[in-house]
Amino acid sequence: MSKFGLITKGLLKENPTFVLVLGMCPTLATTTSAMNGLEMGLATMFVLILSNIVISLIAPVVPDKVHIPVYIVVIATFVTVLQLLMQAFVPQVYETLGLFIPLIVVNCIVLGRAEAFACKNSVGDSALDGIGIGLGFTLSLTVIGIVREILGSGSLFGWKFIPGDGILAFVMAPGAFLVLGYLMVLFNKLAKR
Amino acid sequence: MTEYLLIIVSAILVNNIVLAQFLGVCPFLGVSNKLSTATGMSGAVCFVITLATVVTYLINKFFLVPLGLTFLQTIAFILVIAALVQIVEIVLKKISPSLYQALGIFLPLITTNCAVLGVALNVVTKEFTFGDAAHMLNLGEATVYALATSLGYGLAMILFAGMREQLAMNDVPKSFKGLPIALITVGIMAMAFLGFSGIV
Amino acid sequence: MALSLTLVCLVCSAVLGVVYAVTSDPIKAAEIAKTNASIARVLPEFDAQPVAESIEVGGSVYNYYRVPETGYAIISTVSGFGGPLSVMVGIGDDGLVCNTVVLSHSETPGLGAKCQTDEAFLGQFKGWDPAAKKLAVTKDGGDVDAITASTITSRAYSAAIANAYNVYLKLRGNE
Repeated sequence: MSKFGLITKGLLKENPTFVLVLGMCPTLATTTSAMNGLEMGLATMFVLILSNIVISLIAPVVPDKVHIPVYIVVIATFVTVLQLLMQAFVPQVYETLGLFIPLIVVNCIVLGRAEAFACKNSVGDSALDGIGIGLGFTLSLTVIGIVREILGSGSLFGWKFIPGDGILAFVMAPGAFLVLGYLMVLFNKLAKR
Repeated sequence: MTEYLLIIVSAILVNNIVLAQFLGVCPFLGVSNKLSTATGMSGAVCFVITLATVVTYLINKFFLVPLGLTFLQTIAFILVIAALVQIVEIVLKKISPSLYQALGIFLPLITTNCAVLGVALNVVTKEFTFGDAAHMLNLGEATVYALATSLGYGLAMILFAGMREQLAMNDVPKSFKGLPIALITVGIMAMAFLGFSGIV
Repeated sequence: MALSLTLVCLVCSAVLGVVYAVTSDPIKAAEIAKTNASIARVLPEFDAQPVAESIEVGGSVYNYYRVPETGYAIISTVSGFGGPLSVMVGIGDDGLVCNTVVLSHSETPGLGAKCQTDEAFLGQFKGWDPAAKKLAVTKDGGDVDAITASTITSRAYSAAIANAYNVYLKLRGNE
């Protein structure tokens, strides 16, 4: 696969949200607004790229039997680094995303990429794969966030263009499932063309 | 006593772990095709969440907090959960082969179920208000909270599996087949559960 | 096998130790900045470093900050509609509520969450005299105008201020 293909495949062909259907929890929980979705996507991308790089480096020397625990330790380390950095420099964002930052550890996308790609490819390709999948995830979360924010609060990235409250259900839990469901329908419909 | 009742009602119905907190959604969607597998998974999750919460609570209280290492919570908890799942699997195989047959295949999946880590982290980091003042949970409350939360997980999962079995027999438009219609169903279910909010 | 796992754990803990050491100061600074910003909002004059103190009133422990010659900023946490609702209440030395600010909440977006932004609701507490006016929503026979469709949140918010006032009374009594 070309280098360019590695980066763009996450956007459509191997989109982690709409095609692979991985990492549903943060996708549903943090997309109450476009900005929150974008921030969660970027946070996940940070961990994904770094863990992909390190895992592709150490994979040849890790005994097969303990490879999963080793990968989990590596991922958890980067998640903790991310937690500390966010608490120090963007405490507001850390507070909004809350529990879902530490939960990146158990996001199936990160471990999934380690197992499926990083452990058998070169460092460069693994980094690009991390960027590609990370971008795909960020894009999906932002799109869901945009739809929920427009419907739920009548604004976009905090810029309010419809006065009043909007359809509150879309900011709350049910809206997350409904929007993701209908976007998936749309994605299926368009992808089949 | 009322305190425990409030914890139970709140954890099962009001703040349902899947429908309101979005934890453990992947296995929720993944194994809810059949009622029997959904029941098995719920049982395994109940067991592991309760056990993991108690163990991580103790580790946090007697090891991480006194040593000032609370920033290692994430990494320590996930390792403990992974090890715990392994141990449960081995012990179950030895002492109760029939239970192992029922729950065994679900156990490896549970390590990466974010509901387990989510509940464990919630219990040690968040303040809860049951009754008047906000406070951190003590061990008894944490255990009840974990058990009730996982029962809520089971409730949502079993209800949903029942619906999905019915859904499979219906004629669904092509683009809606599979996950999309499932997600929309969960959305409507979550809306129904919103009706419980405010009762505690 | 066990060796490699131990090795990985050691390396990772070393990395984390370094990152923790580097970030611990900025994290503390960020926390102090947040507290300072909240205190500056609830009390008229404030420029010094706050010192967190705590006191027990009615079985619950409250954290507060004393700003000399000005008043107290008291943190009061109550049970809201969706979970804990934590409010910082500024009470001047004259016994009047100066201002209030929400520190954390889990209220319904668009309804109860308006307790952070609704000017008509929040405005009424500026200069409120808890000795003369009752801190309860009008539905319960008090003087607080509730946020539309969010009576439970408004009730909790009023209770938070009332608790803070009790703390204030005890603090004044101790002085």
